[in-house]
Amino acid sequence: MEHVVIIGNGISGVTAARHIRKLSNKRITIVSAETDYFFSRTALMYVYMGHMKFEHTQPYENWFWEKNRIELKKGLVETIDYSSKTLSLSGGDQVTYDKLILAVGSKTNKFGWPGQNLKGVQGLYSKQDLDLMEENTSVLKVERAVIVGGGLIGVEMAEMLHSRNIPVSFFVREDQFWGNVLPVKEAEIIGKHLESRGIDLRFTTELKEIISDESGRVKAVVSSNGEELACQFVGLTPGVSPNIDFLKETDLETEEGIVVNQFLETNQPDVYSIGDCAQFSKPAAGRNNLEQVWYTGRIMGETVAQTICRNKLAYKPGHWFNSAKFFDIEYQTYGWVHSKLQDGEANFYWEHKDGEMCMHFVFDKASRKFLGLNTLGIRIRHEVMNRHLDADSTIDKVMEQLKDANFDPEFYRVYEDEIVAKFNVEQGTNISAKKRSWKRILGVG
Amino acid sequence: MKNIRNIGLVVFLIGFAVFIASLFVGTYKISEDKLKSLYDTTEKIDKGDTITASLKKAAIELEILDKEFSSQFSFSSHLADLLNKSNAAISDGLADKDGITAIEVEGIYDLAIVGGKVIYSKDVVLAVFSDNPKKQKLLIDNTSWMFNESKLYEKVDDFKKDFENKLKRINGKLGEKYFVWDNKYSRFDLVKAASNGPITDNKGLFLFLTFGLCIFGALMYILPGAILMGGPGIKNNGVYHDAATSRGWIGILAFVFLLFFYILLYFYPWLIVNWTSIVDPFKGLFIEGASASQWFLYGTLYTVSMSVMGIRMFIKYRHNRYQIVRTASVLFFQIIFAFLLVEILPLFDLPAMDLKNAWPLDYDMFFDWNVTGHFDSGTVGIFMFVWGVVLSAIVIPVMVYFYGKRWYCSWVCGCGGLAETLGDPYRQLSDKRLITWKIERWMIYSVFLLAIIMTIFAGYHSYNEVNYPEMSSKDVLFGMSAYNIREWYGFLIGSIFAGVIGTGFYPILGNRAWCRFGCPLAAYMGIVQRFKSRFRITTNGGQCISCGNCSTYCEQGIDVRAYAQKGQNIVRSSCVGCGVCSAVCPRGVLNLENAPNTNGSRMEAPEVILGNEGLKEFLNK
Repeated sequence: MEHVVIIGNGISGVTAARHIRKLSNKRITIVSAETDYFFSRTALMYVYMGHMKFEHTQPYENWFWEKNRIELKKGLVETIDYSSKTLSLSGGDQVTYDKLILAVGSKTNKFGWPGQNLKGVQGLYSKQDLDLMEENTSVLKVERAVIVGGGLIGVEMAEMLHSRNIPVSFFVREDQFWGNVLPVKEAEIIGKHLESRGIDLRFTTELKEIISDESGRVKAVVSSNGEELACQFVGLTPGVSPNIDFLKETDLETEEGIVVNQFLETNQPDVYSIGDCAQFSKPAAGRNNLEQVWYTGRIMGETVAQTICRNKLAYKPGHWFNSAKFFDIEYQTYGWVHSKLQDGEANFYWEHKDGEMCMHFVFDKASRKFLGLNTLGIRIRHEVMNRHLDADSTIDKVMEQLKDANFDPEFYRVYEDEIVAKFNVEQGTNISAKKRSWKRILGVG
Repeated sequence: MKNIRNIGLVVFLIGFAVFIASLFVGTYKISEDKLKSLYDTTEKIDKGDTITASLKKAAIELEILDKEFSSQFSFSSHLADLLNKSNAAISDGLADKDGITAIEVEGIYDLAIVGGKVIYSKDVVLAVFSDNPKKQKLLIDNTSWMFNESKLYEKVDDFKKDFENKLKRINGKLGEKYFVWDNKYSRFDLVKAASNGPITDNKGLFLFLTFGLCIFGALMYILPGAILMGGPGIKNNGVYHDAATSRGWIGILAFVFLLFFYILLYFYPWLIVNWTSIVDPFKGLFIEGASASQWFLYGTLYTVSMSVMGIRMFIKYRHNRYQIVRTASVLFFQIIFAFLLVEILPLFDLPAMDLKNAWPLDYDMFFDWNVTGHFDSGTVGIFMFVWGVVLSAIVIPVMVYFYGKRWYCSWVCGCGGLAETLGDPYRQLSDKRLITWKIERWMIYSVFLLAIIMTIFAGYHSYNEVNYPEMSSKDVLFGMSAYNIREWYGFLIGSIFAGVIGTGFYPILGNRAWCRFGCPLAAYMGIVQRFKSRFRITTNGGQCISCGNCSTYCEQGIDVRAYAQKGQNIVRSSCVGCGVCSAVCPRGVLNLENAPNTNGSRMEAPEVILGNEGLKEFLNK
């Protein structure tokens, strides 16, 4: 019986295992050093905040693995011998494989700041980071925390600390929040929202140095403008990169990540890589060569399972989408809304008068083809947007059917008429938003 | 703000402490006047006289008349004796006139036992009571089975034993209409009448010191949340760090209190008369000078808890209009329908009916007293009964078809209303394991089946009661008495399951233990919701990140995430549509919707989750 070994029990590795099991009878082993069981990484913040216990982040009950004949092995892989197809684990154990899937995930970027390894300085990615953060913020009182890096994990960390009444200063290198992703208007809303929750946001501010006290614990940071700020905790969240140090300088081809082709195959026979750590030699049109979000990891897992089970399949995600939550503002995006308008693109932006809700549409100036939508504070129906993107709908059609796209709970205030009216004024059109239709939403008739 | 909160907590705890302590103050003394005020107000004056006189005599013999007891415990320990003795005395008194006296028994024995042989017969009876046809009939009706043509007694003693046992029953029955049966209601009445002391003297003051301080303190604690929680939005911060909401010591204490409360309320109400005295002034608003029963106390506590904790809901979910409208709805139905109307209807000689309470949750709907109560109240009474039937048979399934069972369970229902307000802090404690889902299905449908069987018996009994009032054993069907089945159902399901376990276990099993495992109406609506309804919780394409907030905060223990991460809509018979999974979802994945079920769109799992274009194309090939 063929033995498939998966290194990493995150979403991509576990999805691969589940789908291989659905498709075949192969022996499956998942090796992980992080935790005994699969958990949702994105939910770690809620454990710290007391919304959930760690067990609640585990999507499957513990009996699930044995029932589905997925063997779990706890251990840290130190070396891989590709010729004898053998993994060596710390502690001396060896595991041989017929097919190997590398789903080893990411690690926090550290850019060589002085003091970056002091006590009380950490990133947030793994379960161990969560435990460390619990320790770092409870052994001694944190009067102030500094977070460096204005992206998703940074804002998560800020929310976590805020939930425990720890004052947070947030260093952001750009002049706006999440500058490489969000257009300036959305970034402003998030920035204001963070400030309204008491976060001390400092734009165009970088970290220069972390200063130690006599016990080797952080006592202050120095920012790029020379200011020294006393703090007892530093969160480093300038993004993540593939966790592949142990694979570098081996026969496996790596660059920033593990280099794979569109079939998720590495340069080594029977070795695949999926998830955060996979780097596409030729990325799909309009997409990055590294994709580090939850659902792309899942799709890569589903895809590689097909290939391993003899249905060789290329990784081909559909239209881009994503979501996040910044304190109390939910963000969703469908299609592409770049931080800066691209050539030939036009946009339409609506913001609610209270300044915590917006919709930002991007379309092709010439053909009026709908390209993407960002929303803050309004939930949007994925299927409806995906169908518009599939069908190359014009922005005018999207507007006309905007009520179909609303996914807010019942009794919420709706703004489609207001949005379409503003669109008509700006675009000189005469569209009236159609009543919500289940037929259109469900794609019948 | 934090200080206001802390002061509020202290004020609440003081009110709560006074409430607990109030059980242990006062003295208890039963006097002739008290007995008169209790029993001599019945319309038939001689009846009240008889009861009062007999109770007084019994009390004197037991040396408890005008004796002061220092607690309800010591006082009530004499009540069984008092009532039994009084009842027996009444029977004995009546035996002379209408029953069979000891002298008459001797007369029977003289004729029926000849030379050590039993020759008891109809002739014996006719001879002994030659001048009293009433007693002739009484004895023949009751002892004809002992006549020597139908039964042979070899030993005289056997005959005497049978005969005397039968006599006891005949004579005992004579006084029945004067009996004050020894049950929780009589004991409650007697203890309440006997109670004396600071509470009965200062009911208004104690109403303020308990309910007043608790409401005031709770609001002081709750209202600052609007600012302290930091802006509208989901704020479950610290739920699992808090001993009250994570089965910690505060949760255990709350559990013990609730457990004791329900056991006392249902089974030992005479021990909590002081609590009912506290709400007497409130009861007086409906009927001047009326005395509050334990059920009025419960209704008041229930409504007050729901209202105060409803305000908490309004603050906690102020960003979520579904939660606000829904909470306003349960409060409306509790205050107007379950509380006020039930107090007001009897003022117009109508049955005290909670018009929104539907069978089989309203399990006594077809009981004889309820049916006759409605039929005796004229057209409006009959209309109310018919409404009850229409509600269960038509309104419920039709509404569940269009909106799911949520329209009832989390918008209208009283049990649901308490769960969604007082119980909201405990919703995360429901068990999410697969095994628990299996247990749940066995339990809830068993209760539903029991409710149906019990109702068939009760209905048969009521039917006879209305149509054949002269029939004997109207309550017996298939050799079992409707009374017994009703009693067992009421005890096990109505009291233990719905009350003691359903609410008492909030801090342990979560706030919907009754609704999930026991409620027969939930079972009934669940079947409709699962198989024939437009309701579903829609999963939004591929946006789920498996974080688990939805499953954690599902009060019904549904593993919502298991569906959402597959891109599958959630259709579960147990879902009460509280909408909290949708509220806590950080990615806007879940939405409660009523929509047509075209091409299996309602609940089929998609073969490919939205987003994997490559796999979709491959499978379509």
